[in-house]
Amino acid sequence: MPTKFASLIGAFALLAGASVSFANEGGHAGWQREANNEVANLPSLQRGARNFMSYCSGCHSIKYMRYSRVAEDLKISDKLRDEMLVRPGEKFSDYIVSPMPAADAQDWFGKQPPDLSLVARSRGSDWIFNFLTTFYADPASRQTGVNNLQLPGTAMPHVLASVQGVQNAVWDNVEHKGEDGKPVVTTAFKEFEPGVVGTLTPEQFDEFARDTVNFLQYVSDPTQLERQSLGIWVVLFLLMFTGIAYMLKAEYWKDVR
Amino acid sequence: MGAATDTKGGGFRAWFNKRLPVDQFMADQLTGYYAPKNFNIWYFFGSLALLVFVMQIVTGIFVTMHYKVGEATAFNSVEYLVREVPYGWLLRTLHSTGASAFFIVVYLHMARALMYGSYKAPRELLWVIGMLIYFALMAEAFMGYVLPWGNMSFWGAQVIINIFNTIPVIGPDLVEWIRGDYAVADATLNRFFSLHVIALPFLIALLILLHLVALRQVGSNNPDGIEIKENLGPDGKPVDGIPFHPYYTLKDIVGVGLFLTLFAIVVFFAPTFGGLFLEKPNFEPANPMSTPEHIAPTWYFTPYYAILRAIPDQRLGALAFALSVLAFVFLPWLDRAKNKSIRYRGLASKLLLGMFFVVFLVLMWLGLQPADPVYVLMARICIPLYFAFFILLPFVSKADGNGPVPERVTYHAH
Repeated sequence: MPTKFASLIGAFALLAGASVSFANEGGHAGWQREANNEVANLPSLQRGARNFMSYCSGCHSIKYMRYSRVAEDLKISDKLRDEMLVRPGEKFSDYIVSPMPAADAQDWFGKQPPDLSLVARSRGSDWIFNFLTTFYADPASRQTGVNNLQLPGTAMPHVLASVQGVQNAVWDNVEHKGEDGKPVVTTAFKEFEPGVVGTLTPEQFDEFARDTVNFLQYVSDPTQLERQSLGIWVVLFLLMFTGIAYMLKAEYWKDVR
Repeated sequence: MGAATDTKGGGFRAWFNKRLPVDQFMADQLTGYYAPKNFNIWYFFGSLALLVFVMQIVTGIFVTMHYKVGEATAFNSVEYLVREVPYGWLLRTLHSTGASAFFIVVYLHMARALMYGSYKAPRELLWVIGMLIYFALMAEAFMGYVLPWGNMSFWGAQVIINIFNTIPVIGPDLVEWIRGDYAVADATLNRFFSLHVIALPFLIALLILLHLVALRQVGSNNPDGIEIKENLGPDGKPVDGIPFHPYYTLKDIVGVGLFLTLFAIVVFFAPTFGGLFLEKPNFEPANPMSTPEHIAPTWYFTPYYAILRAIPDQRLGALAFALSVLAFVFLPWLDRAKNKSIRYRGLASKLLLGMFFVVFLVLMWLGLQPADPVYVLMARICIPLYFAFFILLPFVSKADGNGPVPERVTYHAH
């Protein structure tokens, strides 16, 4: 009988594996990197919260999060919470909502900056990491003077220019066959080269972006750490339950010939 | 059964049983019901489907306490539930994972019936009722997926409801009647909520009851496909049968333990299951102005969706879609073998069924991919193979399903 249970577990694992590979999306462009953030890393989350409040929250809301929840989950003291996290004039139980009036946003950017509560779930943390790190100078962009590899034509200005600096993009000409068979030349991104220098080195800026992504991943699913630590006990209990149930079953089934 | 059904004498038990025959019911349905002793792991999935149904009802009751139906409130209420209601995240995840788990166990339960010929006489109605449960479950899952009012909820509803548009004459009016509006909107969400929490659960519960009554009437099939009722011992009980309780109740509890362990691993460590159980675009609120890059229904609908999408003519596509789902109903009459179980059929039958399982899984995978030409081409290759199973079955089963079968079921005591 144990072999049958093993094969049952095997069948489920196979199914699970197959399903996960179903969900894998297509290939990545060469410049895309993985965020490699760890949502269990508390100091990183705290730095991410600081980055978000300093650079993002002026325009972007995380409207499903309260200041108090962030402080509690990230182990930020009440004193620090009230001094550093909560905006003047707001209460610690308030939701974190951008003070920017919607009509002004429409005027300034042509659209409202999206709420970022769930961006790590809808786009994924790698997407945000690549978005934050691939701004480059683009004179063709009249509005902001910059463009972005992850989201070309983004309405968002390079908010992190002071820390990252402004990098330049180097493009290659690539010749390939068009739909009618004639050769077509298009440009493809090759690499970044340093332009205007910011206050952080490229490595430091990657960490800065990684912390920010990490915070947004926490915000997208604030119970994930609690969920996993509870999950271990639930699974251990169920394994024990299954073992005892199996022994009871085996005792009764001894009589079946 | 004497002692168990004693309604004479004094005491609370007798008093109770005179008024409600609990002991009689137990004796008839559990301790007195003889099931074949050679059930293998494939026989866990019936009881597991019942377990998941009860789980969905219970978690559904609590999720409904926090859900606020309406275009403006639905999405926010789900986020409020998972973020601010104590253990709301657990309720929501149990319910959303339960939906996928339901289909996993139901598909395995159906695969079991296909392998061991459990739909064959005298179990045709048992199979047909089971298929009705499956159809009701599909409607239930589809409407449940619309309720969080994410962007995939909205666009998925749009695509699925528009399939009815291809029905001649009444199509457009029918679609409007289903939506309750000229577009998928608040009215659609409200009626889907009503159907999801009241009408369909009632219907499914009723059908499950009928499924169980029909099962008790004809008795369970088994991996050998031999009728145990045809070989009775001197005591009038089937020699290859054992009382359902305690033997199969205890065995099913082991199955429940294994299932819940795997279920908990998903709930606690991979609740979106890589975007399969909860799709990424559904973490954005419904937006009629912004179509997701690639609209895919949840994984349990994708075999049929791949068929729908691969056929260029919309009306033919919808017809093939409907046929691919409905074809299962006719299996009891398409299968003309004398033997039930695949164990006692020839190589051709085994290959045909194996091919069908592979094609079903490949179509499932294709339905999750973007509509690139190569995937559409693959689906077009799979569609004839899918229907070939149903068309060839009468001939193949007649030809190689009549070999000798053993008199007793295969069972090795432990």
